[in-house]
Amino acid sequence: MIRSEILREIAPILNPHLVVCNIGLPSQELHMIDDNPRNFYMLGTMGLASSIGLGLALAQPKTVISIDGDGSVLTNLGTLPTIANNVADNYILLIIDNGSYGSTGDQPTYAGKKTKLEAVAAACGCENVVTCQAEDTGKTLQAAIDSKKMTIIVAKCESGNIKLPVITKDPVVIRDRFMTAVAD
Amino acid sequence: MSISKKIVDDFVANDVSFITTVPCKQLAGVIDEVEARPEIFHIPSNKEDEGMGLCAGAFMGGKRPAIIMQNTAIGVTINTLATLTQFYRMPLPMLISYRGELREPVACQVEMAVHTKALLAQMHIPTYHFHKESDADELDAILKYTFMCNKPVAILTDASFWGGYGDQ
Repeated sequence: MIRSEILREIAPILNPHLVVCNIGLPSQELHMIDDNPRNFYMLGTMGLASSIGLGLALAQPKTVISIDGDGSVLTNLGTLPTIANNVADNYILLIIDNGSYGSTGDQPTYAGKKTKLEAVAAACGCENVVTCQAEDTGKTLQAAIDSKKMTIIVAKCESGNIKLPVITKDPVVIRDRFMTAVAD
Repeated sequence: MSISKKIVDDFVANDVSFITTVPCKQLAGVIDEVEARPEIFHIPSNKEDEGMGLCAGAFMGGKRPAIIMQNTAIGVTINTLATLTQFYRMPLPMLISYRGELREPVACQVEMAVHTKALLAQMHIPTYHFHKESDADELDAILKYTFMCNKPVAILTDASFWGGYGDQ
């Protein structure tokens, strides 16, 4: 399974919740599969999906799911200690780990080599770190939501992309409708 | 009243309730005060761009955020300021220690100080410079301005404002 197939499968699980989605293809894929006001699409700023999601979870009570990639987590590795030390039980970080920088042409990441992000997260002090295979992402995510415990999921999948257009929505529109959904 | 307490009083009076910090010797008193206030959720960040991400999330969650950091962070956060804070039009008061100004003992700090105002100007970020303690009288108005216009706003605070570096 590749990332877009995981997103297609988990879209119904994500739908009722607030989602902060990583820059590039992940946002484009989620936008195509299930665009709704509860999705915050990152159009730039690689690496900050987990930080934005944590800030959002700490600021209000609804469940927040950040969809991140292994490459983006490596870009902002300092996020994991911050998450570990500021527990928000309405927060789930879903790292879709395909071992490559998908949006830029599938160059390999260190997570696809020796580095194990699940071990990094645990070493940073994250208490609920779950690793799953791509096919099990849906049930793992649903279990994390139901647990009402902050959870880091590392979903291992194959690298690979589908062709799809960039998001042309105005960022202020994305942000405004998202904030309306948050406050609803 | 200490200047640190006055600054944090202004944050609280303007409903700023989520503050991320990256430490600086000059800002230590303010950071202690932020940590001590029950009205404020204090979340230290490991790097300033990460902190701006946290602030963006908190803002969308209905909180008024702020970041406290050194001016060296302007070099770290240009991309985040442009593609997150400004692109999505979010307010962000940035209380910044302006290292490398008069009375600075560390030569390397001057290397970013000479670029600080130019970078902020290039980014079209409204910038205020606190040099004397009375300059902080404007903080309340600056915070109101920031949340009125939904922009990042820089408040540079130099060594003279903080009373120098003591015996360092």
